[in-house]
Amino acid sequence: MAMNKVMRYLLQGFNYMLFMLIVWYFSAQPAYRQLEEGQAVVTLAFAHAAKLKEECRVRTQEELNKMPPNMRLPTDCPRERSPVSIEMYLDDELIMKKLLDAPGFHQDQRVDLFHRVKVPAGNHRLIVLMNDDIKAKAPTYQYRQTVTLSPEQQLLVNFDASAGGFYTH
Amino acid sequence: MSYINPVKRAYLTIEAWFNVSFGPKWNPLYNLGTLTFFFFWIVLISGLYLFIFFDTSLSGAFNSVEYITHDQWYVAGVMRSLHRYASDAAIITILLHMFREFALDRYRGFRWFSWLTGVPTLWLVITLGITGYWLVWDELGLYVAMLSSQLVDALPFMTGSMARNFIGGQLSDRFFTLMGFLHFLGQPLFLIFAIWIHVKRLSFVEINAPVGLSMGSFIALLALSLAAPAVSHEAADMQKVSAVLNLDWFYLTVYPLLDYFTAGQTWVITLSITFFLMIMPWLPPKKTGPAAEVHLEQCNGCEQCADDCPFDAISVQARTDGARYEHEVIVQPGLCAACGICVGSCPASNPFRQQKTELVTGIDMPQFPVNEIRQRIKTALEKLEGDTRIIVIGCDNALDFSGLDSPGLHVMSLFCIGMLPPTLVEYALEHGADGVLITGCRTGDCYYRYGNEWLDQRFEGKRRPILRSRADRDRIRVFRAAETDCDRLREAVREFQSHIRMLNETRNTQGMYGNE
Repeated sequence: MAMNKVMRYLLQGFNYMLFMLIVWYFSAQPAYRQLEEGQAVVTLAFAHAAKLKEECRVRTQEELNKMPPNMRLPTDCPRERSPVSIEMYLDDELIMKKLLDAPGFHQDQRVDLFHRVKVPAGNHRLIVLMNDDIKAKAPTYQYRQTVTLSPEQQLLVNFDASAGGFYTH
Repeated sequence: MSYINPVKRAYLTIEAWFNVSFGPKWNPLYNLGTLTFFFFWIVLISGLYLFIFFDTSLSGAFNSVEYITHDQWYVAGVMRSLHRYASDAAIITILLHMFREFALDRYRGFRWFSWLTGVPTLWLVITLGITGYWLVWDELGLYVAMLSSQLVDALPFMTGSMARNFIGGQLSDRFFTLMGFLHFLGQPLFLIFAIWIHVKRLSFVEINAPVGLSMGSFIALLALSLAAPAVSHEAADMQKVSAVLNLDWFYLTVYPLLDYFTAGQTWVITLSITFFLMIMPWLPPKKTGPAAEVHLEQCNGCEQCADDCPFDAISVQARTDGARYEHEVIVQPGLCAACGICVGSCPASNPFRQQKTELVTGIDMPQFPVNEIRQRIKTALEKLEGDTRIIVIGCDNALDFSGLDSPGLHVMSLFCIGMLPPTLVEYALEHGADGVLITGCRTGDCYYRYGNEWLDQRFEGKRRPILRSRADRDRIRVFRAAETDCDRLREAVREFQSHIRMLNETRNTQGMYGNE
């Protein structure tokens, strides 16, 4: 009987140990590799209000007459903003291309972008082109720089129109 | 022997193994819910201690966790490890709990509500763990923060990018105040509410694990915490992306998906799995039998059925029929599991009553009324032959014992063994049975939660209606068995038959001496 009890406790101990081994192992193992050996990350992230699709225009007297008296604003300024196109090249190879419509019911909000690309570490020629004006035929902002990326480094590419465009940090 | 699906068979075998080492009372597989509660208690208490030293600021969070882990390793460090490992253990017990209900087909029919509400509760637990990892603000915390933000950004109603906050030095201390509020108060409150909803349709909800099991689990967690203390990664660095991370797979499994799918696709995958899990009770649906019916003319309002109902389907109200009793009971059909436990509870289910007329009890199952049970016993006793006339009474959810039927043995299955009025055993013995063998689900387990336990308490005189002392205990045997224990039951029946034969011989011998 006593032996049975000892055996039961031993079996319980074995079960607890097995349970804890599972807890311990999966609480941190197997290690997850999110970057291959020698990879870095380029993160492009910004918020930007693109140019308006159309300029303000002066309403004609005929148009104003048709409007209710309390709404007779002399100018008509459409709220819609241009879509923003973004292209990113690494050593002349296209690594990202996006066309982002301005969000909001009236497509008048700023565009938000967060995009990460895994790239090999080392020296690279990085080019970012952005067009935020539907009327412009060429990129309205661009960034061209040779960058040196070490393994596991995150290069942040940000944008601030008031500061002249793209910058990295 | 009826077919048992391999998943169920495998699960019952594992449960039997745990019964050998832990016994039915401490069997962790019978206590998965309460064990999860126990782990939550450890998480709560260790979390409160950690909160004393945790600095809810951008610059201080990581350093305070390092202090906890290394400088005060002997208390705070152990608490941190207990906090993590108990959280992980809780996920295992929750998943096992789900698997058990699935394997034993206890998730469909009247159990749909508990299953349906359990799935989002699991997600709440997982999000609680995620914010916990976030707060450490090491490389893993940053990884979790960035990827969680990308998931949030992918939601159609989100404007602006949350993920952008984590680059360019836009993060402030307020962020940690928010995360702290979520992890320490907001999410736990939601979780408590979700658990309350999850068990809403149950009565006698147990939240305390057996002491022995709790002690064993705590000692095991403590040993693990001392042997392999939980540690952080390097401090979060916006300029760096860690190539290798030691993910806690219990909580962070969803994040690696983002390396293979877009955030939108990850949502679709996750929500599809969640949706599938939630609709499982209807794939296909399981029909629950007609609900119990109250016969007011036989009900004296003793409330025993309401006390015994494991699914809170019976409530008590003021008498409506003008009878002299104060209360009556009503059954809520939507909650009734049709287990019949209330029939076993009702003192009016006594088969010695109304012997010349139809037996009408206070609460009865229309598909198998107590009158029919009595009639079947009576008819069987008239037909039984041999020197050991035995009635075997079992339930529909344990093993299939129909093959045991023989000229000297009659088997009868009830919806649940808790449906058996103790007086019916007396009735069988007094009307010609040499012995009554009662089977049903394994001890510590019951398809309808408490049928086994109530029967034991009635037989031991601890719960009404009791098995009266005039019933010869020597001729009553209780043998619990699961579906996979057919051979053991046959053995028990054989052993009971020899026991009864011996009793009969002794009785006959005594009779001879008496005549002399």
